[in-house]
Amino acid sequence: MNDFLKFYPIFWREMVYRKKRLGKILIGSVINPILFLTTFGLGLGKRISVGGENYLDFVLPGIIALSSLNNSYNSIGADLNIRRTIYKAFDQYVVAPIKPSSIVLGEVLAGALHGFVSCFILLGLGFLFGAHVRLTLMFFIVLFTSCIIFASLGVVAAMVADSHADMASFGTFVLLPMTFLGGTFFPVDSMPIIVKALVWMMPLTPVSFSLRSIVLGKGVPVYSIIGVFAWAVIMYVLAVVMVSRKSAN
Amino acid sequence: MEQNQLKDRGTSVFWPIKNKSRRVMHRGRAGIILENTKYIIETKNLVKVFGKIKAVDDISFEIARGEIFALLGPNGAGKTTTIRMLITLSRPTSGTALINGYDVVRQPFEVKKQIGVVPQQSNLERELTAWENMELTGMLYGMKKEDRRKRIQELLEYVGLLDRAHSNVEEYSGGMKRRLMIARALMHRPRILFLDEPTVGLDPQTRRKIWDLIKSMNRSGMTVMFTTHYMEEAENLCNRVAIMNRGKLIAVGTPHELKQNIGRIVLEHLEGDVTTRRFFQSRMEALKYAGSLKDNTNINIRPANLEDVFVMLTGDDLSDLG
Repeated sequence: MNDFLKFYPIFWREMVYRKKRLGKILIGSVINPILFLTTFGLGLGKRISVGGENYLDFVLPGIIALSSLNNSYNSIGADLNIRRTIYKAFDQYVVAPIKPSSIVLGEVLAGALHGFVSCFILLGLGFLFGAHVRLTLMFFIVLFTSCIIFASLGVVAAMVADSHADMASFGTFVLLPMTFLGGTFFPVDSMPIIVKALVWMMPLTPVSFSLRSIVLGKGVPVYSIIGVFAWAVIMYVLAVVMVSRKSAN
Repeated sequence: MEQNQLKDRGTSVFWPIKNKSRRVMHRGRAGIILENTKYIIETKNLVKVFGKIKAVDDISFEIARGEIFALLGPNGAGKTTTIRMLITLSRPTSGTALINGYDVVRQPFEVKKQIGVVPQQSNLERELTAWENMELTGMLYGMKKEDRRKRIQELLEYVGLLDRAHSNVEEYSGGMKRRLMIARALMHRPRILFLDEPTVGLDPQTRRKIWDLIKSMNRSGMTVMFTTHYMEEAENLCNRVAIMNRGKLIAVGTPHELKQNIGRIVLEHLEGDVTTRRFFQSRMEALKYAGSLKDNTNINIRPANLEDVFVMLTGDDLSDLG
C-alpha cells in the first residue's frame, strides 16, 4: 500500500464509530448553534447592529467559526484522550507499522469532516433564522482548513493531557479565551492595542475574520487567509510531534 | 538449526530469497513463518532507566525459534518494561535487542511486522464489534480485503468467538476479550507472539482455555514469549523460563534445570513462626536430614517448584512481593 494511504484505517475506525452514534452526534451538533442563534439572533440581535450590519448577519460567521472549533476539537480530543489513557486502544496504532504522521492524518481528517458537517447544519439553521450570507468556494476552503486546525488541536490536547481533569483544564485555558475573544461576538478592532495583539495570536481570530469578510461581501482578506493556512500546518506538525513523543518513551 | 526445524515440523520447505540468505518457511495454522537468524529474539545488555530507577538492569538472553519462553517474577520486577522494549513501545536506555534479526531501535517497522502483542489490559476498541476490531488491525497491517475476510473468519473460529463476531466488544466478558485480543494479535501472521500476563484476572476454566490456545499456536510453529507472576503458569506452559527480580535476570533455563540446580526435594521445617527450607537431590537425603533433627514434628517434604527456585535465588518470597 502507498505510504500516504496508510491513514485510511484510522479514518475508517472514526467513521465506523460515528455511524454508530449518528443520532447523538446530529442532536449534539444542532443544540449548541440553536442556543447561540436564539440568544444573539433573536434575543440580542434584534436590538443592536455592528458597523451598520444586522447583528445576526455579523455574528453568524463568528458562530460558524466557533462551531468549527468546538465540533472538530471535541469530536477528536475527548475520545482520543480516553482511548489513549483509559482504554489503551491507541496503543495498537503505536504497535502497528504505521507512522505518527499517518495516525494524525487519519484522526484529523475524520475530526475535520465531522466539524465541517456540523457547520453545514448550523449554516442551514442560520438561513432559517433569517441570516443573509454570501457563500463562496473560498468560504468553504477556509472553513474546512479551520476544522483541520482544531481537529489537530484536539489531537495535541489528547496527547498532552494525561487525565480527564487535564483535558478539562486544557479546554478552560486554551479554548474558552478563544471562544470569547477570537472575534466571534464583536469586532476585534475596537479593543486596546495589547489585547488586539494577543487576540490576533489566537488561531480562531483569522478564521472568524476571514469568514466574516467573505460572508458580508467585503472581499477576500489575503493575510488572514494565509494565517489560517499557516495555523493548519503548525497544528498538524505539532500533533505529529506529540504523537511521536507518546509513541515511544 | 535448520535441520532441527525440519525434523520438528516435518512439512517445511526451503525458500530461496533474493538476498541469497537461505530461509526456511513453515506453513501452519498461524501462517507462514520466515526465518533468517538462529535466534528469533536476542537481547544484549539491555538497560532501561526511568529517572533514577533502573527498571531493567543489564539483561541478556536468547530465545530460539518455536520456544515458549516465560519471563517470571514479582510485580515491579521489570518484566513488562522488558517486553515493551522488545515490542518497540519503549526505547532502551542502552543495549540492543534483535527480533528475528531486526534491531528494535533502528528497524522498528520491520520489528512491528514480525510480532503480535497481547497486552495485560484490554486495548480493544470497545464501541466496535469483534469483526470490526479485527478488520481495523488487518487494515493497519496493510492486508488485502479478501485476505482480511478469510483470516478474520478463520481466527474468530479458532478462538471460539465467531458466533459473537458482530456484538460490540463492550458486551464481552473478560475471557472473551482476552481471546479476541489473541486472535487480533495473530491477524497479520506474526512470527512471535508476546503476551503480558495472559491470564491475570481470569477464572480457572478460562485460564486453561488460554493455555490451550497458547500451546496450540506454538505447535503450529509460533514462538511465544510471555510474562507471568504465576508459578504454575510458567511450569505448565513454557519450555524455558527466565526469572527476573528488581530489574535483573537471575536465572534462565528449563523449569526442570532450575529445580535441579537447587535440589529437587524441599524440606520445610516450621519452628515457632519461622519456616526454613532446605533442598536435597533425593527424598532419601531429605528423610535422613529430618531424622537428624531434634524436633521433627512440623516437617513437610515435597518436590521443589519454581517458587522455591525464586526464594532460593533471591531470598524474597514471591507471594510477599507479588
